[in-house]
Amino acid sequence: MKNIKTLILLFAISLGVQASEGVALQEADFDLTDNASLQRGAKHFVTYCLGCHSIKHIRYLRIAQDINVDQKKMLEDIAPEGASIYDQVHSAMNAHDAEKWFGTQPPDLSLIARSRGADWLYSYLKGFYIDKARPFGVNNVVFEDVGMPNPLWQLQGQQKPTYQTIEGKKTIAKLILEEHGTLSDKEFDRVVNDLVNFLVYVGEPVQLERKSMGKYVIFFILMFGVLAYLLKKEYWKDVH
Amino acid sequence: MKPSRLTLCGNWILERFPLTTLWNEHMAHYYAPKNFNFWYFFGSLALLVLVNQFATGILLTMNYKPDAKLAFDSVEYIMRDVNWGWLVRYMHSTGASAFFIVVYLHMFRGLIYGSFKHPRELIWIFGMLLFVALMAEAFMGYLLPWGQMSYWGAQVIISLFSAIPVVGDELSLWVRGDYVVSDATLNRFFAFHVIAVPLVLVLLVFLHIVALHEVGSNNPDGLDLKKIKQTGRRKSDEEEEEQNLKSNNPDLKIMDSIPFHPYYTVKDLVGVAVFLLFFATVIFFMPEMGGYFLEHANFIPADPMKTPEHIAPVWYFTPFYAILRAIPDKFAGVIGMGGAIVVLFLLPWLDRSKVRSIRYRGGIFKKAVLLFVISFLALGYLGTQPATPTATTFARIFTVIYFGFFLLMPLYTRWEKSKPLPKHLTYQPSLEERLPVLIDAVNEMIVITPVKLEDGTVVNKRKPDARGILNVITRLAIRLKKSLD
Amino acid sequence: MINEGVDKSKRQFLTSALTVVGAVGTGYLAVPFLAQMQPSVKAMAASAPVEVDISKIEPGQLIRVAWRGKPVWILNRTPDVLETLKTLTPQLRDPLSKESSQPVNTTNPERSIKPEIFVAVGLCTHLGCSPTFRPEVSPPDLGENWKGGFFCPCHGSWFDLAGRVYSGVPAPTNLEVPPYRYITDTQLIIGEDNQQEKGA
Repeated sequence: MKNIKTLILLFAISLGVQASEGVALQEADFDLTDNASLQRGAKHFVTYCLGCHSIKHIRYLRIAQDINVDQKKMLEDIAPEGASIYDQVHSAMNAHDAEKWFGTQPPDLSLIARSRGADWLYSYLKGFYIDKARPFGVNNVVFEDVGMPNPLWQLQGQQKPTYQTIEGKKTIAKLILEEHGTLSDKEFDRVVNDLVNFLVYVGEPVQLERKSMGKYVIFFILMFGVLAYLLKKEYWKDVH
Repeated sequence: MKPSRLTLCGNWILERFPLTTLWNEHMAHYYAPKNFNFWYFFGSLALLVLVNQFATGILLTMNYKPDAKLAFDSVEYIMRDVNWGWLVRYMHSTGASAFFIVVYLHMFRGLIYGSFKHPRELIWIFGMLLFVALMAEAFMGYLLPWGQMSYWGAQVIISLFSAIPVVGDELSLWVRGDYVVSDATLNRFFAFHVIAVPLVLVLLVFLHIVALHEVGSNNPDGLDLKKIKQTGRRKSDEEEEEQNLKSNNPDLKIMDSIPFHPYYTVKDLVGVAVFLLFFATVIFFMPEMGGYFLEHANFIPADPMKTPEHIAPVWYFTPFYAILRAIPDKFAGVIGMGGAIVVLFLLPWLDRSKVRSIRYRGGIFKKAVLLFVISFLALGYLGTQPATPTATTFARIFTVIYFGFFLLMPLYTRWEKSKPLPKHLTYQPSLEERLPVLIDAVNEMIVITPVKLEDGTVVNKRKPDARGILNVITRLAIRLKKSLD
Repeated sequence: MINEGVDKSKRQFLTSALTVVGAVGTGYLAVPFLAQMQPSVKAMAASAPVEVDISKIEPGQLIRVAWRGKPVWILNRTPDVLETLKTLTPQLRDPLSKESSQPVNTTNPERSIKPEIFVAVGLCTHLGCSPTFRPEVSPPDLGENWKGGFFCPCHGSWFDLAGRVYSGVPAPTNLEVPPYRYITDTQLIIGEDNQQEKGA
């Protein structure tokens, strides 16, 4: 009996250990119902990300409809020049150049929020630090040896890590802003959250609609269930 | 009165097709034991999910492209550009998981109430074949989105064939149709997933139900109803009875049984409503189910050059996957995984108990079932986790329990004494009738203290009561212990 | 075991109520299932209006452009052709295009905004084949009465060079004229007309 208890305890511990692996992520603060934030996020995406990364699974039209921008404004203010409203959001960079500059093609970001999660994106965008050993001079706390420069460095400034030693392993304790960018911490935070918000939206454009529809469906099924239950009760009066 | 045109039309068909006979035989005069509990919902629910998979699957094939270059994008096209494509896709992906939940519970019902025992062995065999076909269907369907998990999952599972001595490498090459999982593999899996295996499934469902309706449903007491009916009668009566049963005489009633229609049709509708409630909740509010129904890494297109850091099959395969990983030898691992399924086929001949239902079995079987459930769930969990040394150790222990449960069954089911069977079906309170007791238990665990706020209103503050909780837990523990004897 | 004297009307009522709710539910489920077979956004994107430069079309020449995946003809008609059109009225089924499909501003004998430039969807109104362009007069295979027009090879329908159908052929109405407008004198946009500025 005692052995079994020890085993169960061990089992529980082994689960706990597995759960704590990996770098702790910072929590993103985003709100899919905030159209202003989504609009800013779309604009930031086009400015800072679209140079290299496409989000080819969504069209300008869909974004315009979902984040409540009229189509003209979408094409004038947000979309890059020459885009038409039905176009999918493609990066202008061609694959050949990408291979030459980065060694690989920058991934499409349509589904990045679904594969990585919002918190990871937030931590990633805020996690660049100076590392002279890397080709672009930066590394990232949540994506080791990342193959891209920090697209937001002018806004954020440059971060430097401080190290600590845990169990004989040198790890990064935290990042300190060494050189300020054009934005304050708070403003920069907002930019990152807007971007994350936009990418979460792009990951599944239908998600808000889906949830609001779900309530009606659940209500309807409940109604069906109550009627079915009453009918069952009525018929089963026969059965003794 | 002259018969209406509709009636005439109906008669025209009835004279040429045995619609009435079929309806009576399988619904209106199909007598089912009256004490079915909630475990008996899952058969009809499995049928409902099957229909859902067919309907949504057909719609998905209209826009899906079984081509390695187009497949991933076509799924996203369905999710975004096709009208309501997201709903259809989520119904299909959630339906796949729901299918396994329902089928596992259905199988468990068979296990605890002895529905696999004489004379229902063949129903169990057809059911197990269905389960294997369903696993094949799910596995091949999972490759179609062509994400990282689809790709590498298929790569790993197909490589299992290469463990078979002599022909293994040739065999896995033949299954893939290429040296790696590729366009050729995707295309043939598509063919199997949408045509071949569904046909097999439909055929097996038909056989499963025909076999069931030939011998009649089992019941939670595992009683043989025909036998009870026949006791104390002369032989000639018994023979007459048999005749009557075969001829579906509508006046004939089997003891303790009620016609399937309308009693179980209306009851199953309640089950359908409850099921749909869960099903819709997942579809509309958590279609990824925390990465268990739709894995996160599967939102990255398949990349034959790069394996994801941690690959796990979808949750319904993880118990068997954990067994595979627990065994340190490649070929033995494959044998172990296959054996875990084969051993289920043998269940009717492994169990030597004289009674069917767990209710009248001895304590050893009950404890064995509990251990089996724990090890199955634990293996399922471990299969989703990275294979660390501790996890592997545990997986080995649970694998031994899994096989022990089945392989030792001939011994412990023969030893143990069963309890006397009742003469009639017994009646146990259903969940709704237990509700008052449940509410009482909840109340016992909460203390309510009226607190006067500053503005004079009195608010009842609810706080958990340690004593009450302890009482309830002790009661539960005593009951659990009793029920295991 | 089965009680007699059950409340039949309650049973009946509940059964009907459940049937109605079930039917409504099935109906709601059928909407997305059927709607998913409607054209997707991709198809709508491909159906966006098309701009065409018509400055290069010689008199008598016909060019084809794709709009919504359908062939659209743009024909530059010579003054001779326009003269011939006026003489054909008695042989036509619907010379004034009363039963045919075209924008309001092309409901005239020439069936066009500017008389010389004719725009039409190049699909026969009978069963959807694309007629051939036969501008020559009285060719040996079509006979004396052919004054130049469109001939449908599938079932032998005759249309004149304004897309108007002859009497006694299978096609029921004149060729469809799509909505179009002039951006400049030499630039057409097909899929939009002046009345409505077509958005999404």
